Amino acid sequence: MSIFKTLSEKSWATPRSVSEINPRDISEGLAAKTGLKFFIGVLSSMFFLFCVGYKMRMELSDWVPLQDPNLLWFNTAILVLSSIAMQLAKNAAMAGKIKKVRLYLTAAGGLTIGFLIGQITVWQELLDAGLYQLSSAPLAFFILLTGLHGLHLTGGLFVWARSVYKAWLGMEIERFKLTIELCTTYWHYLMLVWFVFFALLLAT
Amino acid sequence: MAYVAIADRDHEEHLHDPQTFITKYIWSQDHKVIAIQYSLIAIFVGVVALVLSGMMRLQLAFPDSFDFIVPADYYQFITMHGMIMVIYLLTALFLGGFGNYLIPLMVGSRDMVFPFMNMLSVWVYLLSVIILLASFFVTGGPTGAGWTLYPPQAILEGTPGATNSGTSWGILLMLVSLAVFIVAFTMGGLNYVTTVLQARCNGMTLMRMPLSVWGIFIATILGLLAFPALLVSAIMMALDSLIGTSFFMPAILEAGEQTEYGGGSPVLFQHLFWFFGHPEVYIVALPAFGLVSDILACHARKNIFGYRQMVWAIVAIGGLSFIVWAHHMYVSGMNPYFGFFFATTTLIIAVPTAIKVYNWILTLYQGNIHLRVPMLFCIGFIFTFIHGGLTGLFLGNVVVDLPLSDTYFVVGHFHMVMGVSPVLVVFAAIYHWYPKISGKMYNETLGKWHFWLTFLGTYSIYLPMHYLGILGLPRRYYSYGDTAFIPDSAQSMNVGITYAALIVAVVQILFFINMFWSTFKGKKSEPNPWGATTLEWQTEKHPPEHGNWGDSLPVVYRWAYDYSVPGEDRDFIPQNEPAAGHAEGFDPENPHDGPHHA
Repeated sequence: MSIFKTLSEKSWATPRSVSEINPRDISEGLAAKTGLKFFIGVLSSMFFLFCVGYKMRMELSDWVPLQDPNLLWFNTAILVLSSIAMQLAKNAAMAGKIKKVRLYLTAAGGLTIGFLIGQITVWQELLDAGLYQLSSAPLAFFILLTGLHGLHLTGGLFVWARSVYKAWLGMEIERFKLTIELCTTYWHYLMLVWFVFFALLLAT
Repeated sequence: MAYVAIADRDHEEHLHDPQTFITKYIWSQDHKVIAIQYSLIAIFVGVVALVLSGMMRLQLAFPDSFDFIVPADYYQFITMHGMIMVIYLLTALFLGGFGNYLIPLMVGSRDMVFPFMNMLSVWVYLLSVIILLASFFVTGGPTGAGWTLYPPQAILEGTPGATNSGTSWGILLMLVSLAVFIVAFTMGGLNYVTTVLQARCNGMTLMRMPLSVWGIFIATILGLLAFPALLVSAIMMALDSLIGTSFFMPAILEAGEQTEYGGGSPVLFQHLFWFFGHPEVYIVALPAFGLVSDILACHARKNIFGYRQMVWAIVAIGGLSFIVWAHHMYVSGMNPYFGFFFATTTLIIAVPTAIKVYNWILTLYQGNIHLRVPMLFCIGFIFTFIHGGLTGLFLGNVVVDLPLSDTYFVVGHFHMVMGVSPVLVVFAAIYHWYPKISGKMYNETLGKWHFWLTFLGTYSIYLPMHYLGILGLPRRYYSYGDTAFIPDSAQSMNVGITYAALIVAVVQILFFINMFWSTFKGKKSEPNPWGATTLEWQTEKHPPEHGNWGDSLPVVYRWAYDYSVPGEDRDFIPQNEPAAGHAEGFDPENPHDGPHHA
């Protein structure tokens, strides 16, 4: 494991000759990618703790499980498609095909907006059904988890909007390729988070 | 976004030196200016918290003497004092202040990797402070729920600032302020870790980094993973308070009437809070550990003892800090096996911590110790930290904790270990790096007076509290009245503690006078007055300018602790000095074409 090798370096005794100093491999995207990884770490910690809270709260006596709306399956499919579209946009960007980038990138954003509208529709359905009050723990948790997930997707859409604008403006792909790469990672991550939330909702 | 951090001057287009007063000092993206902005805000709000503690001490020493301190005020002072000191002062100062100033300079980069986000971080932090302080001016005042904000009392009538009591806003402003602070911290934190990992100069391997950077780096990772727990609990409590959800609120009577709440778990809040709260101790402590290590080595003219152990200990403490949280909750009741588990992990964390203490002492052993002001503060820290650490071993055990938990023993313990100790390091670090930051020397005599009065004064405050605690004096009480088991001597001791506290508070004026006076009238400092090895002392300009390194980035050839190397003329060798026989240095463009190969 390189981490153990790194941490066991005897820095006081390591060779000091200039020839043995390796130049650091610094590319422009490396910092942004590292930053995104840590940001995903922060989000994972937050979502994980919400799940723990959900699990602990549902074990208490007043918990009545939600009836899972069927629309959630449809929403899930849309989110998966948006993630696939984002991946295709990234592949196209790597290959330098601007027309495909425009197509897939626009589709990814459109599908994401569709997912968000779908989630809001689910909220409305649950509230209209009258089975639960907004203050009841299962519904409040559902809205909180889906709301925060949606909020983070909305944040992603702001970054996406900048890329899609540049793509349609006809800028060189090189100038926003990195943003598409980062967006793709972020979209895949939020899809996984949704899978976990959805599984948690179905299991309870 | 310009990647200023890792650009050479050749890439002029990547640099954006600020030109106007506004971009230089207000909306600055320079990590050094941001560090000073962070520090000034943190110190300002820290002084507010200091004044609050003075008011509490006045009340405790002279109950029934001050009309302007009623019980509600007292609890508001406690709450705001605790929260400000832990989060808005210490976390912000160590990471936002020292982290910002030292990381790029110590790892040899021009700036943080995301300078714009770094600038946003400090302004969002200021916003969080404004929101927090605004609670002093709203109806009902700030929350008086205690810094742990435990439900159900935090939001029920009777607690100052609770939402349910009419139009009070205290608790909501506290929760919003915390959420905003966490956003600010995340923006800064992503910068610190990414800069450490991706913007180190050539030759700066991870294990050549000064321990200050290691401490700040690991503390930031802790913060990034732990603060979400506080955010989660703040969001859920705000919803309990605002729309009547019952995440944390159980079925409960309020003023004799059944509330709308039911089924929630206050203990769930405690778990979430302390999952943040315990790592928070190390978010404050680890940077302090790192800074102390560097300052001790420099002023003892000796390499740090056991560098690798020190790094491993920082990493180990960071990891362990996530599995000890429930030792704060013994009195809440828990399965005895859980209690046993958390007591065991708590005692285990003492091992890497003790390694660090031994190594500091062994660094001093036979060193060429210069008792300058930073060194005095560091040695003071070793005393207070050992003291606070040892009393922590008492409290880590369930059976000892239960009778002591609600007494002044705990107040003495945690103030010693995470109040006085980090603050002594803050002073040590400010005095140590003051010449680099300001280009001036501080007044040594005034600094020594500041140290001795602060060190002896704080000992006079917190040492007696342990005795009060063992006597059974409960904490969190506004006044004790005629309580049978509390002897008169306890009250006398309280009066003594208050005198000491007020003296310590007033003595801090010496520090401010010294800093302020020296900035304008102080003697000009040498670029490297302490003969330090680390990169920040080797900058082309003193104090360093925007971009830090002139035309080209430094190259590192050695670790940060080459002090008193046998056979060398000087008693220190800077990190960027090539080994003998390689004086021509390193050409990053032709890494394998150096003199060694020529």
